[in-house]
Parts: sequence; structure tokens; C-alpha cells
Amino acid sequence: MNLTKTLMASTALTVAAGMAHSDGHMANEMTIVSWGGAYSASQQNAYHKPYSEMTGVKIINDESSAEAVSKLRAMNEAGNVTWDLVDVEAADAIRLCDEGLAMEIDADEVLAAGADGSSATDDFGDSLISDCFIPQIVFSTTVGYRTDMVGDTPPTSICAIFDTDAYPGKRALNKRPIGNVEWALLCDGVAKDEIYDVLATPEGQERALAKLDTIKSDVIWWSAGADTPQLLADGEIVMGSTYNGRLFSVIAEQNQPVGMLWDAQMLDFDGWIIPKDLPEDRLARVMDYVKFATDTQRLADQAAYISYGPARASSAPLVGNHATLGIPMAEHMPTDPANASNVFVTNYEFWADYRDDIDAKFQAWLVK
Amino acid sequence: MADTKSGNAFVEFERVQKSYDGENLVVKDLNLSMPKGEFLTMLGPSGSGKTTCLMMLAGFETATYGDIRLDGISINNIPPHKRGIGMVFQNYALFPHMTVAENLSFPLEVRKIGKSTREEKVMRALGMVQMQDFAGRRPAQLSGGQQQRIALARALVFEPELVLMDEPLGALDKQLRETLQFEITKLAHDLGITVVYVTHDQTEALTMSDRVAVFDDGRIQQLAPPDKLYEEPENSFVAQFIGENNTLEGVVQEMKGDVAIVKLDSGEVIQAKPVNVTKAGERTRVSIRPERVEFDKSRMQDGAFTLKAEVLEFIYMGDIFRTRLRVAGTDDFVVKTRNAPDQVRLTPGSQIEIGWLPEDCRALDA
Amino acid sequence: MALSALYPFFTSLSEQTCGDTMTDAPTSQTAASSAAEARISDAAHTGPMLAADGTPLKKSLNRALRLQKMRALALIAPLLIFVLVTFIAPIADMLFRSVENEIVSETLPKTTSMLAEWDAQGTDIPDEAVFEALYDDMFFAQEAKLHTRLGSRLNYELTGVSSLFRKSGRRVEDMGEVFQDQFEDLDDFWKTGENWNSFMASDDWLAQMDGWKKADGAQPRFEMRDGIAQTLPATAAAYARFADFIQYEDGDNLYKEDPWAIMYSALHKDLTGENDLASYTGPATEQLTAAAAEAAGFETVNYTEAFKDIDDDWHNLEVWQTIKVYSPTLTNGYFLNAIDMQKSVDGVEMRPENQQIYGILFWRTMVMSIAITASCIILGYPVAWILANLPTRQANLLLILVLLPFWTSLLVRTSAWKVMLQQQGVINDTLVWLGLVATDDRLALINNQTGTIIAMTHILLPFMILPLYSVMQTIQPSYLRAAKSLGATNWTAFWRVYFPQSIPGIGAGSILVFILAIGYYITPEIVGGTSGTFISNRIAYHISSSLNWGLGAALGAILLAAVLLLYYAYDKIVGIDNVKLG
Repeated sequence: MNLTKTLMASTALTVAAGMAHSDGHMANEMTIVSWGGAYSASQQNAYHKPYSEMTGVKIINDESSAEAVSKLRAMNEAGNVTWDLVDVEAADAIRLCDEGLAMEIDADEVLAAGADGSSATDDFGDSLISDCFIPQIVFSTTVGYRTDMVGDTPPTSICAIFDTDAYPGKRALNKRPIGNVEWALLCDGVAKDEIYDVLATPEGQERALAKLDTIKSDVIWWSAGADTPQLLADGEIVMGSTYNGRLFSVIAEQNQPVGMLWDAQMLDFDGWIIPKDLPEDRLARVMDYVKFATDTQRLADQAAYISYGPARASSAPLVGNHATLGIPMAEHMPTDPANASNVFVTNYEFWADYRDDIDAKFQAWLVK
Repeated sequence: MADTKSGNAFVEFERVQKSYDGENLVVKDLNLSMPKGEFLTMLGPSGSGKTTCLMMLAGFETATYGDIRLDGISINNIPPHKRGIGMVFQNYALFPHMTVAENLSFPLEVRKIGKSTREEKVMRALGMVQMQDFAGRRPAQLSGGQQQRIALARALVFEPELVLMDEPLGALDKQLRETLQFEITKLAHDLGITVVYVTHDQTEALTMSDRVAVFDDGRIQQLAPPDKLYEEPENSFVAQFIGENNTLEGVVQEMKGDVAIVKLDSGEVIQAKPVNVTKAGERTRVSIRPERVEFDKSRMQDGAFTLKAEVLEFIYMGDIFRTRLRVAGTDDFVVKTRNAPDQVRLTPGSQIEIGWLPEDCRALDA
Repeated sequence: MALSALYPFFTSLSEQTCGDTMTDAPTSQTAASSAAEARISDAAHTGPMLAADGTPLKKSLNRALRLQKMRALALIAPLLIFVLVTFIAPIADMLFRSVENEIVSETLPKTTSMLAEWDAQGTDIPDEAVFEALYDDMFFAQEAKLHTRLGSRLNYELTGVSSLFRKSGRRVEDMGEVFQDQFEDLDDFWKTGENWNSFMASDDWLAQMDGWKKADGAQPRFEMRDGIAQTLPATAAAYARFADFIQYEDGDNLYKEDPWAIMYSALHKDLTGENDLASYTGPATEQLTAAAAEAAGFETVNYTEAFKDIDDDWHNLEVWQTIKVYSPTLTNGYFLNAIDMQKSVDGVEMRPENQQIYGILFWRTMVMSIAITASCIILGYPVAWILANLPTRQANLLLILVLLPFWTSLLVRTSAWKVMLQQQGVINDTLVWLGLVATDDRLALINNQTGTIIAMTHILLPFMILPLYSVMQTIQPSYLRAAKSLGATNWTAFWRVYFPQSIPGIGAGSILVFILAIGYYITPEIVGGTSGTFISNRIAYHISSSLNWGLGAALGAILLAAVLLLYYAYDKIVGIDNVKLG
């Protein structure tokens, strides 16, 4: 089940995928990799369906984004990349770009200009965090809490995580350092704009872990996005971090007694990367799709299915109502001005450098 | 239950019944009493209830009804390991993970006997079966006969007064079986132990036992010493089951004191000794042993009965001749004659007359 | 089936290979002479046994068996090849990654070879020549997009190298532009690739490329002009790499490709250094001579400073020490890392305590796997006993229940345990309802070692029950009866007679469960919290998330070695012949 399994699985996958590919791509088909669940559904509704109807290209969905980095590398080494487009988090996009597994693109050339006439580069703005990354949505990692377990004073600050006196009970945090150490320093009194400077020093890292240490026995560490909503629904935890879309679903769709914080939310991007060295015919097809799927209207359309914000500035005014609930979606977007008063933008450059180091320390701290 | 010890009985079955499913009785109303030192064999076809009886005695099965007593004490509620009965199993059941010596030592160990005494007894028991040299071997390294000797030694090593043997020689070849039959009998008599022996091999039963209990249909059909069993079977099942036997069916015509006149189905009339018949008109099965049939007129007794017969087949078997005849409408009437220098060899197709002593011809149940 | 039943298979294979080398059919000559010898030795009754035709009996037997063996080998060949391709080869490949380290010397060939001279223990950073080599290497690396990969690799060893390389790759192109601009200002001739090709390439190649289009098929391979490598050595070397890259990596038309900035710095170096330009008579002699006259007066670049401008870290000793330490093509660095140690210029040392993790995890994996195996034995033994002693029909039904967990997905089963074990879960609710546990003092059964042991025992239980069951089936009930008739109590009969015979089943089950347990990672990840995770979770992390496959491979190799060691120990202590699967 360990290394061997992974290897055998990836070998089998490459072989199987290779076979699928040999006849699959003969036809007018395209394999798009994403995360599955509600998120994939939103992409299929907003992008895939209209595109297939328009062009007749058949889109094959593969829900492997969670293992995208390793699988892409395995495929690349086997010399047979069967994926045409892969949905990844920004941090993974940087890694894939560094590894030479993702194709560098020129945003203004490849992507459509904004509906308001602004160039793609301007329209996407800060979300273009890597030469290989084609942004799609803005999401945030934030904290949800049980409204029936926090008494009369629901939390308003992210630091409620560390306040076990006011909010006793278990809390769920992501089983990796990103996000947690920033919040720890923030709640330990470090100014927001100095956090990454502090975190770059061994002392700062120690300090963050020391802060986390104060609640260590109260934390349940999650590794899948669905964990925290489930734990909240079961009443297993009083509060926990997760993606804002998951919390929206628990609150608005499932009507659980859950509230959410819009304080110091960790803003993050998710988007596409195109595997490097695709054959010309496949590349042309993917380019055409990407141009369509990331235009102003399409990104705004996606927001009708899931509460993640469009990565284009020009899409924001076009965000309408939820497709089934009928409620306006703009106010649930992490990018909505009311929600974004105090956001925390992940420093990808920093994490690309420090991920290995801080993760080693974080994991060593966890097992102790 | 009240102690109903009768005389010198060592093992007693009293009105014992056994059923596994609550519908059918495997053992029906079994009564048996055997004195100390007796070698008793339970003989019968498979499914006749003999093994069940043995298992009830050993304690691995409980009697559904009735009482089993050992030396006057009811043992119904005594677990097997406290009964102190030695047992030899059909497949030997030697513990494969122990050496021969360890196997023998096992019953002594569980009885908390000291090491030196143990070793001494083990060697003595191995000596009894001439297996001293094999003490360090594992059962899998021994031949079938050797394993059987060890199993015997193991059943005897803790000096039980009663030893049960469940078809112990069933898996061995003929020659070895005969040797071991002799050894077991001798050992049993030398040690003075009481043995209950189960087999479906009648030769084994006849050669080894003091008494044989013939089982059929959950009952003891006859309990008697071997010679009596063979020569004076009490019913047609026993007559058929023990040794070879010729049967002729008919109806009792008349009772003349200790002679019954039987009219065979084919019309002939013969004399027979009434065993299970009491009055005229009863159907009967007449039984004559093949070696008691005579066809040489000069050797027949005066006034002896004769029947016409046709020779069908003559088989040379070395020590004896076996001749198949057609008699009174049956084709499988067999005559056995000793291969003596003056013996006549009958030729197939010839017509002869046969006869026998009236007391050798037993009128049994139909 | 006893495992040893497989042995003949392997021995026949190994015999096969021996047979091939030993039993070459004798030539007619040797056959004849050996036949003659046979007669002699036959008379003397001393030689080896001979077959009817006079060949030694052994040889003749081998020959007879050979065909048989070949046929057997042909029958298993598909399986053998399948196993080799899908199992052995990937494992071997993965294990090799745990020591493989070619990326450093391949990406920075000049730099690493020059660093060999550098004293890493000293206090000085390398000299200008090394920085110039770095510029060279970095330039080509960034064109091939290999520099970020190397950055990621070295970032495992030294934090910050990743962005250092990414940043440097982006800016290194600017360094050469100082020369490019000066050459181009001097003469427009230097601007185009066609002009460069006119004196760098051979006439043949130029003739072939004249008018070449992509549609014409493969691009003729670049040929260097004779003698140019003597006249302009650095330029020629750089141009060769450039041509190779354009033609075979990019697939662009080299004939029309304008040269990279690095060509100008190389040319400047050639023109200002020692050269035999005076005797040069090839094309562009005029431009070269003119440029040579001016080149001495060009503004130059100090690479040491230029790299410092990109990032101060290039003057950080640690960066250079790391590059030097990881220059060799094979490294034990991953293995050291896997046992909480690290390489430095001073040799091998323990990692700082706040980074030590693998030792703890290896130990924990072993201890918990043993605990899981033990609880599988305790829970599985009675079940197997019941199965083995029931009538076949009921036993089969129960067996289906035992196998039922196999039919549901691992994830579903593990998630179900979450619902059962969590503090607001079924078990705790029941205990609270029964009044055995206070409601605010619920048991922590999940997200810790207890959770991992419970869930994994459940998942692995069939692997214990099945071998136990099949071994117990072969233990005849008469053994127990015999023991009881010999005076043993139920317990003694079980413990002295039945249990020892079931040990092979326990052995087989334990090996299966233990080996499966130490490799598990999904279940520990979901229910293990922080104290119940295994080393495999870290392996999975390095394989799928951090992409540090070398470290993952080293951890996997250690795990594999540990399993083999335990297997060996088991064989020595218990004997592998004692393992039965039925």
C-alpha cells in the first residue's frame, strides 16, 4: 500500500491511460482534470456543457487534482501525458512550473481580454502568480463555528481559534503549516505585513509553533476539505478552518447551525495549468477551450453554482443568483468588499521556498 | 440413580439411547454388561451405532437416555478427562508437534507425575510395543504400523483399567493387521485390562475377542463368544453378517420337538433346528454354513436329508475349494470343501445331491 | 498450501540457469572420445556412472530434463515478464531514486567541476571564474527551463534556493546583454542569426539550409565551420550548445534564429583573450577584426557582483556549500535525511531536534503494527476456531460475513469508523446512554493511536482469519479427543495440543497482517490524528505532495529493508516452513 502501490498504480494508470489515449484523442476529445464534487459540477455547468454544445468537443472528466502533481510527473517521466488541462491550486501550479511539467503561457496572447476591454493581464491582476498559471477562482480558507456551541458571543476574530477559555471544545485545522502558522503569528501579536518576514526566521517559526502548541491538545487535524463541514455538522468540534465554499454549502444549502468568519481569511487562487509538450492538435484544442472557459462571462457563470469568486475583476459585476437556491451570490464571495475587509493573501513565493523547511518542522512538532 | 451394580460387571450400559437430531435414535435401548478383564468387540456395519456407543463410554457423546456405569459408578456426568479411560483412535491421533516420547509423556504430565517416573513409564510402555528406539522421532517419521504401536503405548502408559479402541487397524495392510491383532490381544491379556474394541471387520472380531457384540440398527443383535456367534447365530442378520452363509427361504410346516419341518418356497421339505420359530405356519429363513454341507453320500449320516443340486462353478482357492450350486431355486448356494488328497473336485454341469446334519441347519427369522 | 511448496519452482529455475552453462551438448569428437574413456573406466569400475551412449549419466539426465525445464519456463514466462515489468522494474527504479542525484551536475556541469577546487570549509565564496561558469550554466539551464527544477531539488537541502534559482533564471539573460548591446552598436552585422551562421557554420550546412522549410522534413544537423573552434573556442562551444538546443529542443529553424546573449559574452572573451585571429581567413574576417580592435575597450561584467545584484544569497557560503556537497551524481543525502541526519561540508550530523521525525515514525510504525497484529490474533483466533468447527454450510455463511469488509471500499469502511468512534459518535453515545461515561468526559477513540489500531484491526482481520481458518480446518478433532482421553482438561488440551498445531496459521496471518499494516497510510491518515500516523503517511506526502521522490524512495527502501530483516528473523527463529496458508 505504500511506495510499491503508488508506483504500480501510476504505472497501471499510465498504461491504461495510454490505451485510452490512443483511441480517445483520435476523436474530438479532451481530458480535463479537476477536484470532483460540487466544484467539478460547477465547472461542468459553467464551462464544459456550453463548450461541448458549441464545438462538439467531448470532455472527459478526471477527478485527480489532489494527486495531480505526482501523477503529472509520473506521466511526464513515462513520456505519455494523457491529460489536456489540469485544475490545481496556485501553490501546485508554481511547483509544476518549476518542475517543468506545466507550460508557460502568455496571458494576453492566450486569454480573452476582459468584457470591459481591459487586457487579460490587467483583468486577472495579482492572481497571475506564475507563468504557467491560468487563474479561475479566488477562494479563501476561513473559520466556521457552531452557532449553538459558542454561547451569546459568537466569535468575530480569527484569534478565537486560540481562545480556548472563551470557546472551549475541539477545533479543526488543516494538517499542514500553510495558513496555520500565519494565523498563529497574527494572534501572537505580529503585524499583518510583517508576518512573512518573521516567518522567514527560525525564531519566527518557533514562535508560530509555540502559539499553536497552546491549543495542540484541542485540535483535530484535517486533510480533506470535507472533514471540517462534517465535524461541524456532527457537533464534534466548536470551530474549524475550511474553504469558504464548503461553509457556504453547510450554511446555505444544508441549513446547519453554523456561522462563518470573514476575518483574516487566507485568500488563495485555483486555476488551470496546461501540461508541457502537448502535441499540436491537442494543444490547439485546449487553448481554444481555455480562452472560452476563462472569459469574463464564464467565470461569472461559475459563481452561480459555488461560492468562489471569479479571478477576473471584470466578472464581479456579472455575478448573479445561485442556480438552485436563487439567492444572490455576490455577498458570499470571498472577494466581496464586505467580506474582504481583512484578508490575508498567501505569499506563494515565500511558501515555494519555505514549504519544505517549515513543513518538516511542523510535522516534527505534530508527532511529538 | 440408584446403584444397580450387578455381580462383577465392570462396564455397564443400561437402557441407553442416543439421538442426535431428536427424531431418529442412533442407539436404541442398549443394555450391556462386561466383567473386568474382558476383551469385548463391538462389530457391525457402519451406521449401526457401535462407534456412538464407544464415544458415549469415552465421554465425547452424552447418552440421551439411560445410564452408563464404570466399576459401579455412573459416569454420565463425568467429563472425559476424568474417566481415566485409555483410547486408541482410528487415525492414531498422535500429536504431530510432539516426539514419540513427548506423546507418551503427555498423559503422565497432565497427571502431574514426576519427571523420572515419567521417563521410566514411557520407556516401559515403548518396550511393550518394541518401539524403544523411536522415542525421539516425530509421528510423521513413522510408518502406519509404528504409529499404531505408539498410539497403543500412549493409551496404556497411564495404566488405565479400561481401554477403548476405535477401528485401530483399519488403515493398515492385511499382514500388518494380523500381526498387530495378535499383539494387542496378547498385551491386553498380559496386562489384564478391559478392552472395548470397535471394528467392522468380522475376522478381527472373531480372532481377538472374548465376546463379540454384533450391532445393527442401533441394537445389539447378539452378544456371544466368537464360536457361539459363528455356529449358533441367533438371527438371520448375525448369520448373514458373520462368516459366509447359505440361506433358503420357506414356511414352517410342522414342529416336531427340537426339529422343525420346513417347506421351502421351491417345494422341497427339509428339517432344521428351530431357533427363532415356534409354531407351524411361520415364515423362516434357513441358514446352513457352506463348510457343513456334504455331497459325498458315503460321508453323510444315515437318514440325512438330501436336496438335488446342479454344479454351476468350481473355484480353486488353495486351501479350500469353493463350489457354487443351484439348489432349491437359488443360484448362489455355496459349498466349501477342504483341499485334502482324497477330496472330490466337482465338475460344472453335473447333478449331485447334498445334505447336512439337522442341527447345522438353523431356522431363523424371516 | 505451504509457502515451501513454491521452493521447487525457484530451485528448478536456478537449476535451469546452471544447466544452461554446464550441459552444452558435447561435440561428436568429445562424445566419441568420452565413449572410449567410458569403456576404459567401465572396465576399471572407477569413473562416473555412464549412460548407454557413453556420456556421463548426469550429463545425459540434465539434457533430458532440459527440454522439460524449458517448457516449464515458457509456461511461466508471461507471468515472469509481467511481474518484472510491473513490479520489479518500478521498484528497482524507485529504489535507485533514493541515491540518484544527477540533476546537479547535469544542470550546472561547469560550475560543479570548478567547485571541486574550491575549499568549502574556508570562509571565502568561490572566485570570479566559478561565477562566470555559473552564468554559463545558468543561461543554458534557464533556456531549457531546468534551473527551477534544480532549485526545487536543492531547496530540500537549503531553504530559499528555490526562489534564488527562479529569480536568477529570470535575470541571467540581462547579464549578457551588456555585450550584446555593444557588439550590435558596433556593427549591425552582429544582430542576426544569418550573419552568425555565415561564419560559424560549414558551407555544406549553409547550402542545405538555404531555403529550407519545416515542410521539407528533418532539419539538417548543424555543422561547425572547420577551424572556427580554434579561432574562437568559447564562442564555438556556446554556439554548439545553442545550435543543438534550437534544433532539437525547440525544433526551430536555426538558420534564421538570432543568437542568445551568451554568445556575445563568449565572443568578447575570445576576442580579448589569446586568439589567432590574425591568421583567420574565413567569412566575416573583416567584422571580427574590427570587433577585436574595439572589444578591449568594451564595458565588461563582473559576474560575482552581477549575481550579488540578483540576490545577496549568491554571496552566502551556505548556498555554495550545498551545491558542492550535492555535486556528485550519487548521494546518500536522502538516506541520511530519512534517518533524521543531514550532510554538511563537515560531514554527517544529526538534524536539529525540531526537524527530527522519521526515527519516531519508524519506531511508531513498528510498534503499532505489532499491536495491530496482536489484536488481530486475539480477535481472529476465536472466529477462525468457530468457523473451523461449524458444519460447512454455516461456516461458509459466516465466512462470507468475514469477507464482507473486502467488498466495501477502504475509504467507506474507514469513514464508517469515524462515525462510530468520534466523541459524538455511536460508541460514545451508547456508553453515555448506558451511564458508563459522563457526557462531558467522552472517550477519545479516534484521531489517536486507539483509532488507528481499532480501524486497522478491523480492516486487516480477514487476513488473519483466513489463514488461521484454513490451518485449523486441517487439525482433526480427534487430537483434542485424544488429549482429553489422556486426561487433559479442556484448557490443557487446547493449549498443549490444539494451539501448537495452529501456530503455522498464526505465523502466516501475522506476516500478512504485519506487512500490510506497516505499509498502510489511508486509514492512519483518516483516523490516526497526529499520534496514530505511520511512516507511510510521510512517504505518501513526499511522493504525491512535496515531490521529494528521492526522500520518499529512501524511506520506502528502509521500510522494505526492515520488512526483509523481520522476515529473515522470523525464518531464523520460527522457520518459514512453519508458515501455512492451508
